[in-house]
Amino acid sequence: MSGAAARAVPMLGALAAWAVVAHGNAWLGIVNPVLLPTPLEVGRAGLDLAASGELIRHFLTSLGRVAQGFGLAAVAALGLGLLVAMCVPLRLMIEPVIEFVRPIPPLAFLPMFLVWFGLGEASKIAFIGYTTFFPMFVAIAAGVLRVDVVLLRAAASLGASRADLVRRVVLPAALPGIVVALRVGFGLALFVIVGAEFMGADAGLGHLIMEGRTFFNPAQIVVGALVLGLLGSLINTLLLATERRLIRWRPEA
Amino acid sequence: MASFLSTMPELMDAGLRGARLPRGRSLALRLGAIAAFLALWSLLSGAVVVLRLFNPIFLPGPWLVLGNVLDMAVRGQLWVHLAATLERVALGFGTGAALGVGLGLAAGHLKPVRYVVEPLVEMLRPIPPLAVLPMFIVWVGIGETSKVGFITYATFFPIFLTTVTGVRQIDPLLLRAAQSLGARGVGLFARVILPAALPDILTGLRLGVALAFFVIVISEFIGAEHGLGYLINDGRNFFLVPQMLGAAVVLGLLGYAGNALVRLLERRLNRWQHPA
Amino acid sequence: MPPKIQIQRVGKSFGAADRATPALGEIDLDVAEREFVCLLGPSGCGKSTLLNIVAGFLGPTTGIVLVDGRPVQGPAPDRGVVFQEYALFPWLTVSGNVEFGPLLQSRPAAERRGTVERYLNLVGLSGHADKFPVQLSGGMKQRVAIARALANNPSVILMDEPFGALDAQTREVLQDELSRIQRVEHKTILFVTHSIREAVYLADRVVVMTSAPGQIKQIFPVKLPEVRDRFAPEFTQYEADITRIVREEVAKVRE
Repeated sequence: MSGAAARAVPMLGALAAWAVVAHGNAWLGIVNPVLLPTPLEVGRAGLDLAASGELIRHFLTSLGRVAQGFGLAAVAALGLGLLVAMCVPLRLMIEPVIEFVRPIPPLAFLPMFLVWFGLGEASKIAFIGYTTFFPMFVAIAAGVLRVDVVLLRAAASLGASRADLVRRVVLPAALPGIVVALRVGFGLALFVIVGAEFMGADAGLGHLIMEGRTFFNPAQIVVGALVLGLLGSLINTLLLATERRLIRWRPEA
Repeated sequence: MASFLSTMPELMDAGLRGARLPRGRSLALRLGAIAAFLALWSLLSGAVVVLRLFNPIFLPGPWLVLGNVLDMAVRGQLWVHLAATLERVALGFGTGAALGVGLGLAAGHLKPVRYVVEPLVEMLRPIPPLAVLPMFIVWVGIGETSKVGFITYATFFPIFLTTVTGVRQIDPLLLRAAQSLGARGVGLFARVILPAALPDILTGLRLGVALAFFVIVISEFIGAEHGLGYLINDGRNFFLVPQMLGAAVVLGLLGYAGNALVRLLERRLNRWQHPA
Repeated sequence: MPPKIQIQRVGKSFGAADRATPALGEIDLDVAEREFVCLLGPSGCGKSTLLNIVAGFLGPTTGIVLVDGRPVQGPAPDRGVVFQEYALFPWLTVSGNVEFGPLLQSRPAAERRGTVERYLNLVGLSGHADKFPVQLSGGMKQRVAIARALANNPSVILMDEPFGALDAQTREVLQDELSRIQRVEHKTILFVTHSIREAVYLADRVVVMTSAPGQIKQIFPVKLPEVRDRFAPEFTQYEADITRIVREEVAKVRE
């Protein structure tokens, strides 16, 4: 209870500060009040969008793209991550290539994906998939490689075959690392979906935000940003809780 | 299990990582891997042409990309765009870093500052910085200021947060030891707190640089006439894929260089951590 | 009766052929059934390497190891191992760890439960079956490790400085425990340590090794009763004799 309260107080404080600044500005006329919407105005804009069903539509579109892109990338990252971690020559060959591609910001490839897949859903999903694949793949492979030799030796001297080692030692030992990798990947997906929806989209929270800019409606921008922030927070909390439940046994680092 | 996976004796001896390869062989393997990657790429783009799989402009071979980059370099275009991007990143990151470290040190050290700044930061943190870009554009228009301002905003958070953590996680034992040796106020701050927090601050700076390059592209897609991001998006209009890929690679190199620079700084300033 | 463990001309070098560092000289050693043999020596003398070779984690550069007359070709359940770092599976409970070997052999659940109960009783951890390793102290973890090794009914047990990570008091308690367990189970044990006191307390024979490349310097049969008094004059005499020999080797390392 105290944890939630401790986090709510600063939030309320920030909200209060926002209200003060925005209303104060509207009253003093420092900056065009349209540019600095008050919490009330944002709330009203949000309710309007919710009532018309627009908010839900954009929300679900974004979520759908993220879920599909992330889902594909997660499956690929898991499979390839495990494979690469258990085949030394493969790993040594793939590592340099990944180091080569990694510094290039994924968003730099967004236009490429638009060229390749057009302006529809496929390009967004493929882009999310590409963006989240590499970090998850690298993290999962690293998690598997971190499995302590002594655990493998202990299992082998208890009679484990190679298949036993993979199934009963490597996978459970790597699980915490895998879960963290997935959580980070999902966070990254939410991070870039906005950017991906700025261009060549006609739906989605990113598009909603961009529309707010086009029609000079900052309140709409704030609504979009807040909904995104809330979505991210919620999912992160959920994933963290799942992570904690799954790995009660985690040894202190 | 397939036989190309690690064998039992290998696993028992060295675990999943396998034995360390000698320097020479490791280097040869790395170069070989990159060469193989380029060869595979070339093969695929060639196959597209020969087998008429789809329009070849969608998958130009690596030589076309390289050729495009060199061509633009020779004609001087590349440098104009590179300089534009670099300038925005440098200004944005510089401002963000200055604000982040400055406010971070203050917030870490002085409670009143922290109580004011932290709630604001906590509220803005879950919102992806990209979502805020249109707001910047609405406020200051589509020009340079909005881009630099946006980079400042984006890089501020990781730097601020790691700086605060760096200051707050200093071992209180160190502070007590310093105080019992006579350190006070500014002296204590400069001689104990700052050096102790430095590793965390540098980590934050490294994250900030990475983030700066991560987000600069998107701001250069919208309303820019110069910059590597502009080049990438501009290529869309006429399907100039070699240009798009080439600019992306150059951007990657810039990001890599920036990261390497901070790492170098880290190594020099953190020599006490790794004297070997 | 043939020896349980036969180490024949075993040597080990690490590294490429032309720049090999010899870790182990040629070792010839037999361990009889039900015997408790300690390998004792200064750091780096190769005693752990020798144990790893017997366990099958490493291959010898020269020589061969026979257990029950069969050559060692890799790790197997006939040679149970207890590690200094415990090596418990953190995602399994105490009983999950102890029944790991029987589980791999597809023993029925009821039988496994009985095995777990028996060995947890033996090491004095009956009430802790459902705890996770992260909730246990060092001493308790090592007891689980011993139970786990025993539960698999191995032919021999190999222990690599198992009490090295424990504080002095816990260490002595566990030595007492191990001594008691051995009086019940009568296993063949090869035990690596650098503590002379520990070796004299536990072993039937103490094998003192030279510094690298390790070879057998001297073997001390320990003719003390099964239950030993650490302060008895005979005990202290063994300690003194062995210490003198070990000191010679330590001095060589220091040079």
